Amino acid sequence: MDIIISNSSDTPIYEQIKEQIKNKIVSNEIKAGELLPSIRSLAKDLRISVITTKNAYEALENEGYVETIPAKGTYVSNKNIKLIREEQLQKIEGLIDTAVAIAKISNISKKEIQDMLDIIYEEE
Amino acid sequence: MQNILEVKNLSKKYKGFELKNVSFNLQKGMIMGLIGENGAGKTTTIKAILNIINSDDGNIKIFNLEMKENEKQIKEDIGVVLDDSFLSDYLNAIDINKVMKNIYQRWDENLYFKYIEEFKLPKDKIIKEYSSGMKMKLKITVALSHNPKLLILDEPTSGLDPIARNEILDILQEFIQDEEKAVLVSSHITSDLEHIADYITFISNGKIIFTKTRDELIDNYGIVKCSKEEFKKIKPKDFIKYKKNKYEYEILIENKNEFKKKYKIDVIDKATIEDIMIIYIKGEK
Repeated sequence: MDIIISNSSDTPIYEQIKEQIKNKIVSNEIKAGELLPSIRSLAKDLRISVITTKNAYEALENEGYVETIPAKGTYVSNKNIKLIREEQLQKIEGLIDTAVAIAKISNISKKEIQDMLDIIYEEE
Repeated sequence: MQNILEVKNLSKKYKGFELKNVSFNLQKGMIMGLIGENGAGKTTTIKAILNIINSDDGNIKIFNLEMKENEKQIKEDIGVVLDDSFLSDYLNAIDINKVMKNIYQRWDENLYFKYIEEFKLPKDKIIKEYSSGMKMKLKITVALSHNPKLLILDEPTSGLDPIARNEILDILQEFIQDEEKAVLVSSHITSDLEHIADYITFISNGKIIFTKTRDELIDNYGIVKCSKEEFKKIKPKDFIKYKKNKYEYEILIENKNEFKKKYKIDVIDKATIEDIMIIYIKGEK
């Protein structure tokens, strides 16, 4: 698992960690039920303070991405994966709405948008 | 979380210097950096905690025990690295093991030689021939080899090159992998502590200025740089201290984001611990 921290960034380190782990959970790089590194070992490996790492894990927990089981560790949450997917789908729907609205104003056909989608999706 | 060390109203008066009501707590599993200018009272605080110097007033609790009444017992569980070398220059690592075995009840010679190997310290060379980095690593090895729960180090990185300093910081982080343990480390090289310390305690002129988490300081504090006209518009309650330089005003603020909402000033930098220290000491209010 890569976590890349910038010391010169304006984004606090705990937030950088939180965002990167969150992205890995959303993209399924880290899967539901998977154990995250312990706070202390992550702090050591990233050369940052324990409290910074703890803050990152607590923020992830508050947002429902992970669960901490005392004396066992922090796991990627099971129940919220569906919720996360739901949120992502809603986000996509909103963006497609906007795209379709623009298309209709400009007389761009459904077929054209679909082709565009195919190309962009494949590029990724 | 449980305190491993409690310092309460520690005071000591010397001619021309006074340690005044120094208080702070260190929790288990944490690294606390003690920062301050030369002569601020870092070493005096550490020596008073360890009962090496007699304090005039105050109370020290370590592992929930009164230091003054349980000194012998407590010291079995503390590893200490002080500036003044307690090791003879003409001993080698093997000799030191023999000496320490007689001093500490719980001296663990296997652990000692494990660290000696790990830190790549030559066993047969006398200490006189060690580099400063090697000497410091040996001192820390000695401090670690009776399995202490609390590690207290006075300026362990001073005079060392960046590589050696880094190695020392690694040792400290490794030490607190066991969350029952804690580290108190003084340093005037604040960048060393900026990354790994959980708490920063700032002492100046014998008084504690603050104890804060590293994140509170680095993520929230800021340095505003502006002109005299702009400075005049800032309310005193919105900054900590300011420093007037030849071409600009430097202002230490406690919360960058709130400040940005209130004032339209272009340059607001992140504050390093060094910046914070300098403006606290040199600045005015």
